[in-house]
Amino acid sequence: MSTSTTPLTVTDDSFAADVLASTTPVLVDFWAAWCGPCKMVAPVLEEIAREKAGVLTVAKIDVDANPSTARDFQVVSIPTLILFKDGKPVTRIVGAKGKAALLKEIADVI
Amino acid sequence: MSSQPTHGVIIIGSGPAGYTAAIYTARAQLHPLVFEGTSFGGALMTTTEVENYPGFRAGIQGPELMDEMREQALHFGADLQIEDVESVSLAGPIKEVVTAGGETHRARAVILAMGAAARYLGVPGEQELLGRGVSVCATCDGFFFKNQDIAVIGGGDSAMEEATFLTKFARSVTLVHRREEFRASKIMLERARANDKIRFLTNTTVVAVDGDSTVTGLRVRNALTGQESTLAVTGVFIAVGHDPRSALVRDVVDVDAEGYVQVWGRSTATSVDGVFAAGDLVDRTYRQAITAAGSGCAAAIDAERWLADTRDSGTTEMIGAHR
Repeated sequence: MSTSTTPLTVTDDSFAADVLASTTPVLVDFWAAWCGPCKMVAPVLEEIAREKAGVLTVAKIDVDANPSTARDFQVVSIPTLILFKDGKPVTRIVGAKGKAALLKEIADVI
Repeated sequence: MSSQPTHGVIIIGSGPAGYTAAIYTARAQLHPLVFEGTSFGGALMTTTEVENYPGFRAGIQGPELMDEMREQALHFGADLQIEDVESVSLAGPIKEVVTAGGETHRARAVILAMGAAARYLGVPGEQELLGRGVSVCATCDGFFFKNQDIAVIGGGDSAMEEATFLTKFARSVTLVHRREEFRASKIMLERARANDKIRFLTNTTVVAVDGDSTVTGLRVRNALTGQESTLAVTGVFIAVGHDPRSALVRDVVDVDAEGYVQVWGRSTATSVDGVFAAGDLVDRTYRQAITAAGSGCAAAIDAERWLADTRDSGTTEMIGAHR
């Protein structure tokens, strides 16, 4: 499986294969270019992707270009991060948070 | 791990105040270390067009303005770190700052510029439905409410700006305000009033946000009659002001009853020697990008002079400077 050290870009079309079918937990960042706070979490997620490579996949989905996945998971606020494990959403984090805080929120899953 | 060299100055925060202080102290060769924090860019990161920052006659997007300030600080050699600060120890001649990652950094002077955080209403349903229809960022979340009926709570410039912005997406926007008069500036208020998608509901307080997995309504009370009713809305945008983000230093420097850091007269000096404060953390009156930038500049100059004075009188020596 992928042990990407940088966040993986996913789309409505690739979501099932890249996220739901993944054997590694996937932390998905729902974002958009016009969202200021999304820019704040981006560098934090890059660090987490690098440090947790192999244990956790970090993925990004642009809600502007891919509205149906956001709708499926009732995302109406960004940034929202959802951690998927075995194809199911297990943790949901709304708003920009620091690295230490994010890692703490997902600690019991990864 | 914790044997970092001592900097001239550490700046905590990264809005217009923090970055301006960084630009000035970097140019003064104080080698500023800036903890930008997770919410780097500050309040302007969630605004749209900034029309009143001098020098941009056509206006500039908030995040773009912050990006320019950030790059300008980098250009002069400021050391910018996207890290939150966990605790501080500011009393002695060498100030210590501990990051969320557990690293300790030292400096002879510290500039506090943590800004302010969006205030919530504190009503039932609000926190439970945050991110599920309750939002404090119209520019982030307006997109999700296309052709829906939504409410904006508040009576200041932010509320007017958000209500006007949200009409680009929503079918209707109800602006709920607890009083009859508005604190908003005339130009912002008139712009909202002229928009036929915006309905004003004054003398009205919010009782609760209704909804199970997403927002379905907003329960409100008429402040004059006491009568309660429910607005059928799917989104609630809260713009009822900000509180100073001073929790980190509340027990260390003097703050007022509402948590604003207090400074001496027209300076930026706090109650602790070598600790300066600027921006929305201090300012309960103006709270503009330009006043924050101005006070960040003042803090940098105050810090620079204080460092020069204490160095001359030898009071700080070089204690711990090479630990």
